Parts: sequence; C-alpha cells; structure tokens
Amino acid sequence: MLVGYGKTFTTTKYKLDIALRMGELLTTKPLLQVQKLKQHFPVTAGLLRRQVGTIKAIDGIDFDLMTQQNLGLVGESGCGKTTLARTILRLYQPTEGKIIFEGIDMTHLKSSRLRSLRTRMQMIFQDPQDSLNPRMTVGSIIAEPLDEHTSLKGKERSGRVEELLDAVGLNPRFSNRYPHEFSGGQRQRIGIARALSLNPKFIICDEPIAALDVSIQAQVVNLLEDLQEKLALTYLFISHDLGMIRHISKRVAVMYLGKIVEVGPANELYTNAQHPYTKALLSAVPLHDPGREAKRERIILSGDVPSPANPPTGCPFRTRCPAVEPKCAISVPKMKAIGQEHRVACHCVM
Amino acid sequence: MPTNSNANIVLSVKNIVTQFNTVDGKVHAVNGVSFDVRQGELLGVVGESGCGKSVTMMSLVKLLPMPPGEISEGSAIFEGQDLIQTSINDLQKIRGSEIGFIFQDPMTSLNPVLTIGYQLIEPLRLHKNLSKSAARTRAIELLELVGIPMASSRLGDYPHQFSGGMRQRVMIAMALSCDPKLLIADEPTTALDVTMQAQILDLVRSLRNELGMAIIWVTHDLGVVANLADRVMVMYSGFIVERADVTKLYSKPKHPYTYALLKTLPDMEGDRSHRLESIEGQPPDQLKPTTSCPFAPRCEYAFDRCTHENPQLELIAENHEVACWWDMERHSPRPSTSSI
Ligand SMILES: Nc1ncnc2c1ncn2[C@@H]1O[C@H](COP(=O)(O)OP(=O)(O)O)[C@@H](O)[C@H]1O
Ligand SMILES: Nc1ncnc2c1ncn2[C@@H]1O[C@H](COP(=O)(O)OP(=O)(O)O)[C@@H](O)[C@H]1O
Ligand SMILES: [Mg+2]
Ligand SMILES: [Mg+2]
Repeated sequence: MLVGYGKTFTTTKYKLDIALRMGELLTTKPLLQVQKLKQHFPVTAGLLRRQVGTIKAIDGIDFDLMTQQNLGLVGESGCGKTTLARTILRLYQPTEGKIIFEGIDMTHLKSSRLRSLRTRMQMIFQDPQDSLNPRMTVGSIIAEPLDEHTSLKGKERSGRVEELLDAVGLNPRFSNRYPHEFSGGQRQRIGIARALSLNPKFIICDEPIAALDVSIQAQVVNLLEDLQEKLALTYLFISHDLGMIRHISKRVAVMYLGKIVEVGPANELYTNAQHPYTKALLSAVPLHDPGREAKRERIILSGDVPSPANPPTGCPFRTRCPAVEPKCAISVPKMKAIGQEHRVACHCVM
Repeated sequence: MPTNSNANIVLSVKNIVTQFNTVDGKVHAVNGVSFDVRQGELLGVVGESGCGKSVTMMSLVKLLPMPPGEISEGSAIFEGQDLIQTSINDLQKIRGSEIGFIFQDPMTSLNPVLTIGYQLIEPLRLHKNLSKSAARTRAIELLELVGIPMASSRLGDYPHQFSGGMRQRVMIAMALSCDPKLLIADEPTTALDVTMQAQILDLVRSLRNELGMAIIWVTHDLGVVANLADRVMVMYSGFIVERADVTKLYSKPKHPYTYALLKTLPDMEGDRSHRLESIEGQPPDQLKPTTSCPFAPRCEYAFDRCTHENPQLELIAENHEVACWWDMERHSPRPSTSSI
C-alpha cells in the first residue's frame, strides 16, 4: 500500500501526490487486465424459479488498462457497460474470465482481501441524485467510506472531508448541507469527492455526465482531468456519447451486445472508424454547426439493441447493420488488428 | 418554411411574466418573454437548466402548478384566442387537439395502467368524432408514422413494455394524433441515447416536411437544434437574450452567453488536446427582479453599464436580435438607440 490510513495519514495533498507518483514509477505492468470476461445472468420462470434462459450481458471482454491511459467505453443503453463496470469491481461474481488489478488476480479473492483492494478502485455513477442518500449531509456522505475503511476521527476526519470538497471545487463550508440543496453538476462533484476519499488509483466513471447540461458536462470533464493529473488517477470512462469521451480517453472501445466490436487510439477511432456500428455512433453525435450538419452523411440505426437473452446468430450487429451481407449470419466475427493498436470485429472489414 | 408575412403566425406570445411564490420568496422565473411561431416553422429554444424554458411553455397552456405559480402579465394568441385568458376547461380541449405536447419523460403524458391503443384511440374518437374502427386504423397509421415496428400488434401493450426511445415515439404519435397546428416539444431527447436521439430528430425532420405544423423545440443542447431549427432563441434567467436564424446564431453569435454555450460543446473534428471551455459560476437565484444584465456576473465582457441596466432585446441585423450592451464584433460598447 502506498498510502497508509489512520495514524500515518497525512492531510497535505502534496505528500500524497509524491507517494502516488512514486508508486506509479514502480508499475510497468498494466494497472488492470480484463481477460475473456463473461457475465451471464440466469433467466428464471415459474414458482420453482427454473432457469429458462441466459442473459449474456458481458460475453468475452478483453482489454488492458495502463496507468493514466484512460479507456473510453461507448455503446447504447443495454449493451452491457454497467454490468462490465460492476463485474470488474466484483460487485458481481464473473461467470468466466479473469480480472487482474495491479498484478493481483482478484477474480476469486475472498472478501477481506477484496475489501482492502476495493478501496483502490471506485465508481462514479450516472445520476448523482440516485447515488447520494438524501437524508445524509454532504459531509457524512463523503466521510462514509472513511468511516468504513479508516480509523480517521474528529478533526482529521473533518479535515479530510474539507480537503476533498475543496479538491472538487465545492466550498468546504457546505459539508453540513443536504444533497437537494445542490445543482446536478454540484451533486456530481459530491459523488466524485466521495469516490476520491480513499485515494483510489482507478475510477470507473459510469456515464457521469449523461444527466447534466452540456455546459456543466464540460466542467465535470475538466475537473476529472485536473484530478487525474494531480492524483495520478486512471479512468475507465463509460458513455453512450462519443462526443465528450474523446477528450478524456487515450483509447476508446466500442461495445455492442456484451462484446467489444472495435478498439483503438481515440484519434484513430474518430478519424478512421471501421466498424459500421462505430460509424453510426459517430454520425449520431450532433455537430454544432448547421452548415456541416446539413452536408454530413447521416447513418440512422433503426430500432433498439436486441435482447441479450436472445441475441442474433453470427455477428451481433447484423440485424441493424446498414452494410450487412449474407455471411454475417453464419459466424461471429473475430477481432482482427488493422493498424497500430486498432482492432475491429467485422466480417466486412478486410 | 419561414416567411416574413404575419398572416401565417400560429402563436403570438407577448410579454409573459411568470413567478413562483415560495418560502424563500418570489422566484422570477419568466420575465417578459415575447415570440411568434409561424406555420411550418421550427423554433428552437435553448439555455441552461433553470433558465425558464419549461415554465414559459407551461405558462402558455396553464400546465403550471398554480399556486405556487402565477402568470402576472402577458398574452398568447393562438387561433385568435388568448390562451392566458382561457379557462382551464377550454384549454384542456385545445391541448388535446390543436396543440400537441412532447415531454422529456414520456410517462408524464402516458398512463401506465392503460394500453397504448386505448390512449391513442380515445382522444381520436373524442376530438375527431371517429368511429371505433376508423380511430383504430388511424392509431395504427400513427404508430407506423413514428416508426414503431409491427404497430398493429402493439396496440394492446402497456407503456412499460416499450423501451425509452420507443415510448418517446408513442408520445409523439399521441401528440400528433389530432393533427395539431402547433407541437411543443420540451427536451424530448434529453434522456435518450445519442443513437435514439438521432432517430427521433430524423423522424421530426421528416414529419415537419410532411405535416407542415409549427414546432417549438426546447433543449439545453445547442447541438440538437443545429440542423433542426429555422430560428433559435436563447434564454437566460427568464429573459430571451438572443434570437436569430439558425445559421446566423451559430456562425455569428452576438451574445456572450450564446458564444460561451457554443464553446462548451466538444468538437468532433478539431484538436482534442485543448481544455474544454466551460462557463464558470451559476445562473442567478431570481429571488429579486433584476435591474442589471442577469448574465453580467459570469460575463467576461461585462463593463459598468451591465451592472446597473438590463439590456432589452434589440434588432441589430436582419433577423438577428440580441440583448447586450457589448458589441462583440467591434470590441466596444454598443451604441444604444433606446438610450439616446
Ligand atoms: N442483475 C441483472 N440481472 C439480469 N439481467 C441484467 C442484470 N443487470 C443487467 N442486466 C441486463 O444486461 C444487459 C446489459 O445491461 P447494462 O449493463 O445495464 O447495460 P448498459 O449499462 O450498457 O446500459 C441488459 O439487457 C440488462 O437488462
Ligand atoms: N414549482 C416551482 N416552484 C418554484 N420554483 C420553480 C417551480 N418550477 C420552476 N421553478 C423555477 O423556475 C425557474 C425556471 O425553471 P424551468 O422553466 O423549469 O427551467 P428550464 O426548463 O429552462 O430548465 C427555475 O429557477 C426554477 O427553479
Ligand atoms: Mg448503464
Ligand atoms: Mg425544462
């Protein structure tokens, strides 16, 4: 452990930074490795809760995440993003595959070891409204993880809370107020302060800006970037919108029906997308320029993501793909490399 | 398409003032908003959360909770009738037939315990005097029009059996069912995925060409109305601060607030390494009537006049109005006609 809690705890951010930076220099391995990860939920029916089917919410996900090299994860609602996040944090027991965090295989870790590892991985949720207890003051919401995992008390505890409020750009005097007294953007900051309280290395941001005004989205993304720099954080940044994700991600993975269909460096993906699904997602982002909007080629996907309980045969995207061919129904396309770190799973990409 | 003739004005709103009486005092939510919408035109209304977009729309048709809400001034002439002076009973008839509504949350207009078919067919029988079978045929047509697959087999389904995007389509079908002359859409795509949003925007683009009604489209996202609206008006703190043809507003914004809003949008094509622009600070709490420009505390161009005089919306170029003392193009205070 790089940073001790309790008696050795230091309140100066400066010392904390040094400790974290030193830790970072020592790690050359990926911070997080996800290998062949699957999360299948049983579908049950009847009084005896007999299993009648399987929801393949996550169906074979592979990626490595290097320290401070944020990965963006995009896909429509229902494609498995939240399930992947919760499985990585072991809030769900994976059906298959491995999760390796800082070199430790945590797929089957027992609860006590898992508990201490979890302090280093945190999650920020989409709707700050739902994730903050309305009856708790902002101070106690932020201190909850401290109470659970550290022995901080009294002045040290309140000092840490004030420090965290300050770090996310909220007035430290607000700690006695309740969540409803804050705007959506401010509530998201409270959620971020809480996630930072135990000095995590890795934060999964699950659509943290989807519920916010566009002008406030920029503030939150800037804050996350500042904190990353100060605290050497690494993010897995989840969104259904390729617009903002580009700013915060080094690499972007596109997910469809529980599988990654394309992954690559952010710039490469935005300028040279290969998968028809990635192209459709890109064309769905509104351009704030009527001239360019009128000229652009629009790919409008029809319908919703199919149910993962009954996925199409062959390529999962074929039922909505504008470039579908007969061969797409026959087999699931394999991931192939098509450039520097750029991989795609599509039968029609040579 | 918009024209300058006054003959085809569908709705003419003049000086709407709406307040809320709360324990903290009077919230001045809408402070004298005036606008026209013409037949076949799509008017975009944009601004951050809390700037008064919804309260303005709700005031027009009294969907406001009253009390605490109170419309203290203004008129809204629709079909020769002032909606503000119309009784709630008469308004209910107009709302179901002449003016259609779409909201962010479809469940505010869909009844969870009634089938979609019932909710579509009943108003058609009531407002259009259609027979049961004619209403049913029309309901299926409407669901097909908004892109619900296998429409005829879905009439018996309840709202929860539709996904978020499909529910939004059902609501559009309901809003369109009685051939409204005016459709008011209040952030109908804000809670949806970008792909679903793109589907709905595409649908609206084709519907407006087909049906030719007037549409007011409310959103906090300037990106959404860029290729949808004919004209856009930008609201701040219950005032209209800028109004222009869509291309002018995006290429030559004249209010620092519009300019700042445009800069907060991430660029899909440009350089990604620069920091995102954001508008620091918060909109005012609106507990006092303002005597200064409401945007002044957050405005990088503000000078002394802005802090003691609230600028009025003024025509400064063809089809372009702005309420600002600063001329962003000349980098100097705007010579004001009204003050001479
Ligand atoms: N606990 C669960 N039990 C059964 N099915 C689930 C569970 N959690 C998620 N799912 C299903 O898995 C799929 C992926 O859901 P989710 O991960 O929430 O997607 P996303 O976050 O991309 O919107 C959905 O079809 C959803 O209904
Ligand atoms: N029922 C209410 N009671 C008190 N204030 C309200 C009420 N509804 C809206 N307001 C206030 O009116 C202002 C405008 O709100 P609204 O029109 O909903 O904003 P927008 O739709 O632009 O996000 C806000 O300051 C809001 O807090
Ligand atoms: Mg999710
Ligand atoms: Mg609103």
